[in-house]
Amino acid sequence: MNDSFLFQAFIYLLAAVIAVPIAKRLGLGSVLGYLLAGVAIGPFALNLAGGAKDVMHFAEFGVVMMLFLIGLELRPALLWRMRGPILGMGGLQMLGTSVAVLVIALVAGRPWRESLAVGLIVAMSSTAIILQSLAEKNLLKTRGGQSCFSVLLFQDIAVIPLLALLPLLAMNGGSTQAAEHLTKPLAHLPQWAQALATFGAVAIIILGGRFLLRPVFRFIAGTRLREAFTAATLLLVIGIALLMEFVGLSAALGTFLAGVVLSDSEYRHEIETDLEPFKGLLLGLFFLSVGSGIDFALVGKHPGLVALLVAGLVLVKFAVLVPVARIFRSDWGESLLFALAMAQGGEFCFVLFTFSESHGVLGPEVTKPLTAAVALSMAIAPLLFLLYEKVVAPRLARKKNTREPDEIEDHDHPVILAGFGRFGHVIGRLLRANGFGVTVLDNDAEQVELLGKFGMQSFYGDASRLDLLRAAGAEKARLFVLAIDDEERSLDIVRTVLHEFPHLRILARAVSRQHAYELFRLGVHDVYRETLGSAIELGVTALRALGMRGVDALRATRIFKQHDEAAVRDMAGLGEIDSAYVTRARQHIENLERILRSDRFEAKDPTGNQWSPDSRKDGE
Amino acid sequence: MPSRVLILFAHPALQKSRVHRVLANAATALTGVTFHDLYERYPDFFIDVKAEQALLLEHDAVIFQHPFYWYSAPALVKEWQDHVLQYGFAYGEGGTALRGKITFSVLTTGGSEESYRADAADRFTVRQLLAPFEQTARQCGMDYLPPCVFHGTDGLDDAGLAAIAKEYVQLISALRDSTLDRAAARNGERLNADLARVITNGSPA
Repeated sequence: MNDSFLFQAFIYLLAAVIAVPIAKRLGLGSVLGYLLAGVAIGPFALNLAGGAKDVMHFAEFGVVMMLFLIGLELRPALLWRMRGPILGMGGLQMLGTSVAVLVIALVAGRPWRESLAVGLIVAMSSTAIILQSLAEKNLLKTRGGQSCFSVLLFQDIAVIPLLALLPLLAMNGGSTQAAEHLTKPLAHLPQWAQALATFGAVAIIILGGRFLLRPVFRFIAGTRLREAFTAATLLLVIGIALLMEFVGLSAALGTFLAGVVLSDSEYRHEIETDLEPFKGLLLGLFFLSVGSGIDFALVGKHPGLVALLVAGLVLVKFAVLVPVARIFRSDWGESLLFALAMAQGGEFCFVLFTFSESHGVLGPEVTKPLTAAVALSMAIAPLLFLLYEKVVAPRLARKKNTREPDEIEDHDHPVILAGFGRFGHVIGRLLRANGFGVTVLDNDAEQVELLGKFGMQSFYGDASRLDLLRAAGAEKARLFVLAIDDEERSLDIVRTVLHEFPHLRILARAVSRQHAYELFRLGVHDVYRETLGSAIELGVTALRALGMRGVDALRATRIFKQHDEAAVRDMAGLGEIDSAYVTRARQHIENLERILRSDRFEAKDPTGNQWSPDSRKDGE
Repeated sequence: MPSRVLILFAHPALQKSRVHRVLANAATALTGVTFHDLYERYPDFFIDVKAEQALLLEHDAVIFQHPFYWYSAPALVKEWQDHVLQYGFAYGEGGTALRGKITFSVLTTGGSEESYRADAADRFTVRQLLAPFEQTARQCGMDYLPPCVFHGTDGLDDAGLAAIAKEYVQLISALRDSTLDRAAARNGERLNADLARVITNGSPA
């Protein structure tokens, strides 16, 4: 029973559900929670988890998804601006760490090939742990966080040449040929064909993302089946990962590229919200499997050696990272964040150790303790984050009050407009024509596509979802214009916005009188019945056609509207339609008729001076 | 007891008038003064008569601040008068709501003071041109004072601007603190021709 899929899923989920909230409560962060839960269900504690290796392999896909999502957030222009830190900091970090490890290993009397291989491999850090922790602590957009991201991206790219170079360090021929096939299905092709295939794959991603995905997503979104859209996004990511593996590139890198290509698509927000839970679960699973995969038997046998390796790994990386950040003009706070965040081994280390072993570059006597050390260093990583958060950051905050403003992303528009149909698009156009930025959300894919052609930036998605609102910049906006025609969803959205973004002023379209009542009851002040405006305009023309002068017709309808709006506000407090409601409604109608009559016909100025238009007698 | 001052401000194109922006900002900053922006409140000219009358009842002095369009006020001021100053409220039987309240206009003109003379281009003084305001005020039993006029506001530099804002604040503050000598102020063409003459030192007039 231990091996049944459902039982395994149950164990992993249970461990996560118990450990993660506790870890969060204790301020340790979710990553450490997952790792500890992994240790708990691992073979050296409760021994409930089976097949940790397979699980980890599967869960690594979470990292792929994470890079796809990160790509979605990065417009090509932004990525281009980061080329300096990516190449500079990333290259320097790899070089510095490799050389430092190489020298230490040589001094310790190890052969140079082995030392160099180990140095190159442990230069990798854990993309999963670092980015997840940075995002959780809201540090991703800080300069230190951006440095981490740049270097991690470089490491991801560097894996590809590493896979090609490591076999050259082999001490004996080994089983190079077999392993080559494992990693590169195209290895039997000549070099030029392999290069061509690689370029071809990248071209497919870029061109496909540009021209093919839009119509496909539009078609799928047009069916209005949520799961179809979710399936399509998953298909996209998995497909790209497969393609990349086929040509021997890193899947994470390929999906990252696809993400960047799709970053200015109108489906971006929707794709993000669809993949987010998958990414979260898979990453969680990944951390769990890292925890349960730590070889405590080995640690128990050579505790001194493993401790030395862990400490050495963390300290050497830290010692290299700080000067790298300083060289690239980070201040001390940013440098410390960068160095503490990156001072651990990463998931690529496992892959590369296994790879090196199969190529005869490193022996198992080297890889086994190092793998354990890397896993332990990953377990320590969240603690280093805590160190930054509890010790370093408070000191820095005391030291200086002027922090650089966070980089403001593309959507800091003052207005979020939900619903871009017949009603909303008039508002959108009006606001934009007057120079106000509007972020538009609509769940009609065709409409979004069409408006995109006219240069209106709009996003496909359901505005009742909190994460989507957040992605659309609800925290920074000032106005929320609610122009959708679905009453239930409209009320849902209002509840969410009132609760989560109380600073937003809501201007709401009401589809019916009842809907208007509901909106007033929820506390929305600016409610506009969708047909009232044009009905009143028509009424003006009707009154004039019946012989009323323009000024009288306009004034009469103004009074009518003012009175009617006050009546709806008043009636909103009454609730269901019952006798009290009907009585009150009658009263309002009678009042209105009286007011309109008196405004037009009652003379108030018996002196005959007639100074006021309100005083004129009919027929004078 | 301090006077409660209501400024009825009317400018249909404020973004084009540096002078009125500065004057309006100065007035808005004063405590005990209600600054009521008519073109902001009634862009569609549909005036809420009841609300306007209530506002008048809450104040002791009513100031009209506006540019001197075609020797008079922008159209919304006239619309305001026509609707708010009703029989039975402002004049006629029972129309005593405004009795005794001080009123005057605060204006800006692009041209110089010299041109507002019988023998010059504009042929009348500003006070003469404001005769309808003066007579309307009298009809409502109000205490009408000559206008506060800022001439030559075209091409005024920052220092000049600061100077007239200061003058304006002095005048409104005196009105609020009841240190404005009404008797002295009633005569003359221009309330701000010599502020020292109309503002008493400290003791309420």
